Amino acid sequence: MAILVVAEHTNAALAAATLNTIAAAQAIGGDIHVLVAGAGCGAAADAAGKVAGVSKVLVADNAAFAHQLPENVAPLVAELGKGYSHILAAATSNGKNILPRVAAQLDVDQISEIIAVESADTFKRPIYAGNAIATVQSSAAVKVITVRATGFDPVAAEGGSAAVEAVAVGGDAGKSAFVGEELAKSDRPELTAAKIVVSGGRGMQNGDNFKHLYALADKLGAAVGASRAAVDAGFVPNDMQVGQTGKIVAPELYIAVGISGAIQHLAGMKDSKVIVAINKDEDAPIFQVADYGLVADLFEAIPEFENLV
Amino acid sequence: MKVLVAVKRVVDYNVKVRVKADNSGVDLANVKMSMNPFCEIAVEEAVRLKEKGVASEIVVVSIGPTAAQEQLRTALALGADRAILVESGDELNSLAVAKLLKAVVDKEQPQLVILGKQAIDSDNNQTGQMLAALSGYAQGTFASKVEVAGDKVNVTREIDGGLQTVALNLPAIVTTDLRLNEPRYASLPNIMKAKKKPLEVVTPETLGVSTASTVKTLKVEAPATRSAGIKVKSVAELVEKLKNEAKVI
Repeated sequence: MAILVVAEHTNAALAAATLNTIAAAQAIGGDIHVLVAGAGCGAAADAAGKVAGVSKVLVADNAAFAHQLPENVAPLVAELGKGYSHILAAATSNGKNILPRVAAQLDVDQISEIIAVESADTFKRPIYAGNAIATVQSSAAVKVITVRATGFDPVAAEGGSAAVEAVAVGGDAGKSAFVGEELAKSDRPELTAAKIVVSGGRGMQNGDNFKHLYALADKLGAAVGASRAAVDAGFVPNDMQVGQTGKIVAPELYIAVGISGAIQHLAGMKDSKVIVAINKDEDAPIFQVADYGLVADLFEAIPEFENLV
Repeated sequence: MKVLVAVKRVVDYNVKVRVKADNSGVDLANVKMSMNPFCEIAVEEAVRLKEKGVASEIVVVSIGPTAAQEQLRTALALGADRAILVESGDELNSLAVAKLLKAVVDKEQPQLVILGKQAIDSDNNQTGQMLAALSGYAQGTFASKVEVAGDKVNVTREIDGGLQTVALNLPAIVTTDLRLNEPRYASLPNIMKAKKKPLEVVTPETLGVSTASTVKTLKVEAPATRSAGIKVKSVAELVEKLKNEAKVI
């Protein structure tokens, strides 16, 4: 039994979520092969070869795979995946985009965003915005699964010495083309991998006021997130959204500032180890999940917080 | 061009669901049901395409129990032209739904199919991608902007680090993200008019689709509850607790 892990990468480097996905593969048990599909992705493939627990790296280097277009990548994964018991990918926007297409091509159901492995065919996953946890069993010949990174501790990025093997399968399906992208630039840690996350909500009142959170975050070495209300109001870009429909985070410390704590927001952060809520409304639902709550005006509390750390 | 929109009847997003005592699922008896929020956005986008003169007909389809007719009527009141219900009492997995939608797509031959990116009950985020694979069409998932230009559609997608734009050959599949648009409300006259619009009911059998699944749910549990926290009186106390008690900063 062997497991194929579809690597998330930037061609030059492996994304952190891949290490959590490999951890999930280890929990299932079996030989772990990592597929790196991209264009000029040699560096990412080398990095994958060094990851502890990986026995083989398959590299599909082709201009058609440059931007991970699912029309091109999914047939490759489905073709290579036929010989495996499991195909895993991180539940990132890429993994979610590609893997269901792979599953349908293999005519099997997909299991989304697992948070625990019970056995090789049984997994736990959250449903209803994390308000229920389902245990599901798959009888599919190839089990196609996306992995929620926060459910698994990452494996070591060093220590392995897997063989790297080139595969020449697939190409441009001619159905889609990459036009361009606009990536948000940030020097702060990546939201989904940060140890501390400071998030702001509607209570921030405007985008300019987020500077208070950035200042505090920089002191703490934290990433900055936001609630949907803050994103919809245009305070910050949407890739900062934490919640059921945004990013799922589980840092050591989550500081929710001016966030009421709607079900959809809690779905994205309630697995954080320690939750702090700063809100002037003492009845805000966020206080029901917060380990430490402070009823205060955030515009006074945040600068004071920053001065004290 | 013809646009097909898929909508799902789900528990209303404001309801805090409870797990059944026997762990067989969540309790949906007497709970308010609504159209999945992402599906509302899909309907709205189709209606806007029609208002711009891009779409000529909007067909809305739902797969589910008889009661899903309510959500189809809502879509008709919002501006869809006609509706199809694939009636099935069973709870179907995404692959079965995608296969049923594929059968409807084969029959209707739409140029564009719009779905929500995920249903807020199963949180799967699979059906659109699966339908794209089965029909062999290109997919534009998590769309925050959709522009039809000739025989292509440009879709701006919300990705982890920002936004990505792709050009897809038509026919194509698009799944909506929250920021694609702000859905409108149905007006009373439109709700009345929607009652007269055609609604066809078919079954998986008549479409010749097997809805067998390779995944079964063994149990559904409530998530671990967090132990109650404390309220601190000052920022100084908060920082002190975080440093010395929780040891996280």
